[in-house]
Amino acid sequence: MNISLGPLLYCWQKQQVIDFYQQVATSHIPLVYLGEAVCSRRRELKWGDYLELAQMLKQAGKEVVLSTLALIESPSEYAELKRQVENGEFIVEANDMAAVYLAQEHKLPFVCGASINNYNRASLDILQRFGMKRFVMPVELSKSWLSQVIQEKPIFEVEVLGHGYLPLAHSARCFTARHKQLTKDSCQTVCRQYSKGLLAQTQEQQPLLRLNGIQTQSAHCLDLRGEMASMAKMGVDVFRVSPSSMECIAMADNLVDALKAPESLPYFPLNAEQCNGYWFGEAGVAIHIS
Amino acid sequence: MELLCPAGNLASLKAALQAGADAVYLGLKDDTNARSFAGLNFTPAKLQEAAELTHKQGKKIFLTLNTFPKPGEEYRWYQAIDLAAKLDMDALIVADLSLLDYAHRHYPKLPLHLSVQASATNLGALSFYKETFNIARVVLPRVLSMKQVRDLAKVSPVDLEVFAFGSLCIMAEGRCHLSSYVTGQSPNTGGSCSPAKHVRWEEQGQDRLTRLNEVLIDKSGLDEQMGYPVVCKGRYLTEDQDSPQYLLESPTSLNTLSLLPELAKAGIVSLKIEGRQRSPAYVEQVTKVWRQAIDTYLNHPEQFQSQSHWEQALAKVSEGQITTLGAYERNWQ
Repeated sequence: MNISLGPLLYCWQKQQVIDFYQQVATSHIPLVYLGEAVCSRRRELKWGDYLELAQMLKQAGKEVVLSTLALIESPSEYAELKRQVENGEFIVEANDMAAVYLAQEHKLPFVCGASINNYNRASLDILQRFGMKRFVMPVELSKSWLSQVIQEKPIFEVEVLGHGYLPLAHSARCFTARHKQLTKDSCQTVCRQYSKGLLAQTQEQQPLLRLNGIQTQSAHCLDLRGEMASMAKMGVDVFRVSPSSMECIAMADNLVDALKAPESLPYFPLNAEQCNGYWFGEAGVAIHIS
Repeated sequence: MELLCPAGNLASLKAALQAGADAVYLGLKDDTNARSFAGLNFTPAKLQEAAELTHKQGKKIFLTLNTFPKPGEEYRWYQAIDLAAKLDMDALIVADLSLLDYAHRHYPKLPLHLSVQASATNLGALSFYKETFNIARVVLPRVLSMKQVRDLAKVSPVDLEVFAFGSLCIMAEGRCHLSSYVTGQSPNTGGSCSPAKHVRWEEQGQDRLTRLNEVLIDKSGLDEQMGYPVVCKGRYLTEDQDSPQYLLESPTSLNTLSLLPELAKAGIVSLKIEGRQRSPAYVEQVTKVWRQAIDTYLNHPEQFQSQSHWEQALAKVSEGQITTLGAYERNWQ
């Protein structure tokens, strides 16, 4: 099993993003996804900037995949997606069926992201025939669900989000702009103010959600590091870390080293700000203690 | 323009037909559809009765199979497709790739409508489903602005159906895990959004606490009008605000009566009324108003204006008695 770094889902300043990926380049993380997957209104980095970063990471020996938008609504977003799929150098992570369509049209392999609903083997086999080389499991599925899906060893790879805030929903509405009494069309990219999203708590001070523009995430951080040994055994090929800070690079890097001795992985105790329920067939927010 | 109404049971189906629906949609009494509430939906025998009744009146009936099959149990969804074909359903409403594939291969003459749960919002996605499974129609998620609907209608390879009235889902449908995050039950896997068994109300002094699987999603006054409790319509706190706010959306319903001319001009083929979980009285009331509105529009398109008695009748059956245009209106976004 390998470690991957998912795309940065937050809107960081351009220089911060560049610093982030320069540090990634010096790590041992073998597989890196990058690109804007949440909102087309974020313009800190342009497509050309992402391509440059992708080339830099490729030269550092990484496998690079360009992540695409999860919600494609306007003709201009679709045109931009087309340009991304046709970049000629890197494969894409399709987060909407539109990207699957374009990749298939160009006979290009692709990764199917977690926001495309793949709940059973027959559906995955169809996408495999269209060029899917790897699939990222929808976040709400469990270990037992996945083990049935891949009972017969597939010819595509399997990736599971193992660490990070869970992407739970996408909307037409920008919740961050709304919170600041702005409309989406005049949002001032106000999501830049929240490097890990805006925390929403219940009226009993229980952290619940993280508002990240049009995306809603979990307030709790998913942590399945304790399940890495069993994931590797059941045939998961890639364990994804979804980054939310610079520190995530070192954490993911340590996991790469730890996986060199999968039989003696360290113990990863969970704290109250974390969750792992989905993997055990429970509510996502739950903490399951094995 | 077709008026497509919900039927949670035979009484609702009859009410919809009586009040002027052109077509009805319904689901089986199991987890093959995303409105799997106790006491709702149709056994195969009732489905047959529903089909005969609907066809006798010259109307159409669509079977909703919009959940994603569980591994090892796929045959139950395939059997539902076989049943739909046998009972001459006028269309199947499907989201899952493997089900689209099965239906397309076995029953090429059975029209396929791409469910809103497939989250198809753009030309690329629609082209994919059209070219691969020959879908006839798509039900658009409630995330597009009116302009985006118009733009898509100009180039779409399939007919477009939109939500005209009912509960307002504010997320791209089929891709919302808020319910499963809190309760473990997902509309995608055959549960429903915010299942009733996880809802608990509790009175505390002058407040009513609404809990979903013990998570406090709202605190309201005892007399406040509340909608059905869902995570996206709760009141929460942020780091920079002292009072709880509806951070995502307040309890409101979608109502597009005022958009009727624009939807018609855009070439929308079907207007969907949400609410298979609602009562026959709701179905009758909403269907009646929309029938009148559509007929009024078709008779004199240029003079159409939404009438206040229609709006009042609809507001009465709306969540929180407040309605919105939702994402159709760009400023809502």
